[in-house]
Amino acid sequence: MYLKSAYEIRDKYLRKDMLPTIFCPGCGIGSVLQFTLRAIDDLKLNQDEIVWVSGIGCSSRVPGFVNFDGLHTTHGRALAFATGIKLANPNLKIIAFMGDGDAAAIGGNHLIHAIRRNLDVTVILINNFTYGMTGGQVAPTALKGLRGTTAPYGQFENPFDIAQLAVSAGANYVARWTVFNYLQGINSIKKALQKEGFTLVEFLSPCPISFGRRNRMKTAPELIRWYQKITVPLAKAKKMKPEELEGKIVIGEFVDRDRPGLVREYQEYIKRAKKMMGWEQ
Amino acid sequence: MRYPFPVGKSDFIQGDEAIARAAILAGCRFYAGYPITPASEIFEAMALYMPLVDGVSIQMEDEIASIAAIIGASWAGAKAMTATSGPGFSLMQENLGYAVMTETPIVVVNMMRGGPSTGQPTFPAQGDIMQAIWGTHGDHMLIVLSPSTVQEAFDFTIRAFNLAEKYRTPVVILGDAELAHMRERVYIPEPEEIEVVERKLPASEEEAKLPFGDPHGDGVPPMPIFGKGYRTYVTGLTHDEYGHPRTVEPEVHERLIRRIYRKILDHKDEIISREEFMLEDAEVAIVTTGIVSRSAIRAVKILREKGVEAGLLKLNTVWPFDFDYIEELAERVDKIYVPEMNLGQLYHLVREGANGKAEVELIAKIGGEVHTPMEIAERVVG
Ligand SMILES: Cc1ncc(C[n+]2csc(CCOP(=O)(O)OP(=O)(O)O)c2C)c(N)n1
Ligand code: SF4
Repeated sequence: MYLKSAYEIRDKYLRKDMLPTIFCPGCGIGSVLQFTLRAIDDLKLNQDEIVWVSGIGCSSRVPGFVNFDGLHTTHGRALAFATGIKLANPNLKIIAFMGDGDAAAIGGNHLIHAIRRNLDVTVILINNFTYGMTGGQVAPTALKGLRGTTAPYGQFENPFDIAQLAVSAGANYVARWTVFNYLQGINSIKKALQKEGFTLVEFLSPCPISFGRRNRMKTAPELIRWYQKITVPLAKAKKMKPEELEGKIVIGEFVDRDRPGLVREYQEYIKRAKKMMGWEQ
Repeated sequence: MRYPFPVGKSDFIQGDEAIARAAILAGCRFYAGYPITPASEIFEAMALYMPLVDGVSIQMEDEIASIAAIIGASWAGAKAMTATSGPGFSLMQENLGYAVMTETPIVVVNMMRGGPSTGQPTFPAQGDIMQAIWGTHGDHMLIVLSPSTVQEAFDFTIRAFNLAEKYRTPVVILGDAELAHMRERVYIPEPEEIEVVERKLPASEEEAKLPFGDPHGDGVPPMPIFGKGYRTYVTGLTHDEYGHPRTVEPEVHERLIRRIYRKILDHKDEIISREEFMLEDAEVAIVTTGIVSRSAIRAVKILREKGVEAGLLKLNTVWPFDFDYIEELAERVDKIYVPEMNLGQLYHLVREGANGKAEVELIAKIGGEVHTPMEIAERVVG
């Protein structure tokens, strides 16, 4: 893949009047934003037919910085708003940019139901194990023992594996990478954007300020080294015993299938309704 | 355009059904909801009709999602509605505020039942008046309509869509379980007989750049819907005229919220609708809204027969509230009675409006029954 310069991508897609971003130095959100814009650029998608949707959190501020139609909604509800946008105008392609707390805690119910319906949306999920915007409380993705301001002695609950949850709920495409896996990441987003139905690409993303500081990893490089240590590629994980996988996070492409998306299902439903009422043959 | 129900003639239908049909005639093509008594029949009617008119009807996972979906649909260009009852309405409050802040036209129906909590699911009440007006957080302004007959349920629904589109605002319709389930004769007009208002769209690129400005001086910015190439950013955070978040500047917040107030209050004469019944020479005024108005009309007749110069003021619009009008009324009459199916919500507004110029007395009734005309008349006679 030919990589355009970051400046070119920035000038083409960011709103200059909204810069600088609110993101802290070393934050991974900017990298994932860049991956997403590169994927859009590579696919030559029409900027005017894409709507970015988000909830609340640092990750959710992304739609404000990109020069697209965007809806920055309430905490956790992005996918419910997206359902209305997509069904009201199926020509629009929807990217939901969400945090792990946003998607899996307050938004958990909307997430599983959007997946169940196979809502046509691409979710780009920033997993930083924490609530960045509110200053480092534990997120439902936090591995046991990780610290947050609301679990100062280390998380005692079990974490959610959002990617696995998405696979089980019926998503068409699910992948997980760290921000370090940029080529795989961009390729996954490209795949996701081209598919019908629900697609999700999760990124383990460094949050040195709210998360790292509290877990003895003050800088992005330290966090990335930790991600490298705790992640296991899917192929390798398949050969490992459950005990060996304890505390590890599997990365890779988990599912790639083509179940019909919600828009197509609803269009068929309209035809069925008209036929049943004798309005159409 | 073919309609899945008869138009240009009368039909004998429930209040819920009337609301669904009116919504479709007003141009609603997106409905999202979650079942709850006594509003479920609105959803069921929409589910039946929407696919036939190429609209969307979808059952969401809860009421939070339902109102979220209709806001999304509205930004994608559709006229959109949801319907619920007390508990569901409570869940919608955060996103109702979002619709106020982002100036999204939507219609939310609340068929009131007894509360608090799950209360009396199948019984009517008027306990959500304050929730409708002040339920969401922060300073905000929206429109609340309150029908009392099935015909009004139909007519006010059309009006709700028109007001929502015209003023880029959420409009709440407050009905109740009695109205939801009662059947009455309703005239369902031909589409040509109905005045349908469409939202103002940007007339130029310049206007589209100010999705939260005031280019026409009426407080209502044209709405650049998604997918037209305007690249609009919409946020529930305090934002400037361009839609950019500006959360730490007091002037920006004040300018935005005051305009959201102004665009409604400057047009309150057009928005507020009321009916007077034998009020010109009245010495005693009864002020009502919604279902109780029906008993009150009868009560006025009974009182007149008994020689009491009574009159009725029926509020079709509960919010914005015409405090000045109530004050004028209070100057004219000796006493105002407010029968309502709660322990005093409209009463607070009327008392504030009366401003001490007349005594205001609450005739409260809770438990799930509408006041009988005699109950009201007897309280007035004393
Ligand atoms: C209803 C509601 N509850 C709580 C909040 C406060 N809040 C703002 S952002 C946030 C968490 C964000 O965490 P996450 O989704 O993981 O995103 P991040 O900031 O880490 O990118 C919370 C709890 C809110 N805005 N709304
Ligand atoms: S708090 Fe964390 S997630 Fe938020 S901007 Fe800073 S580094 Fe990024």
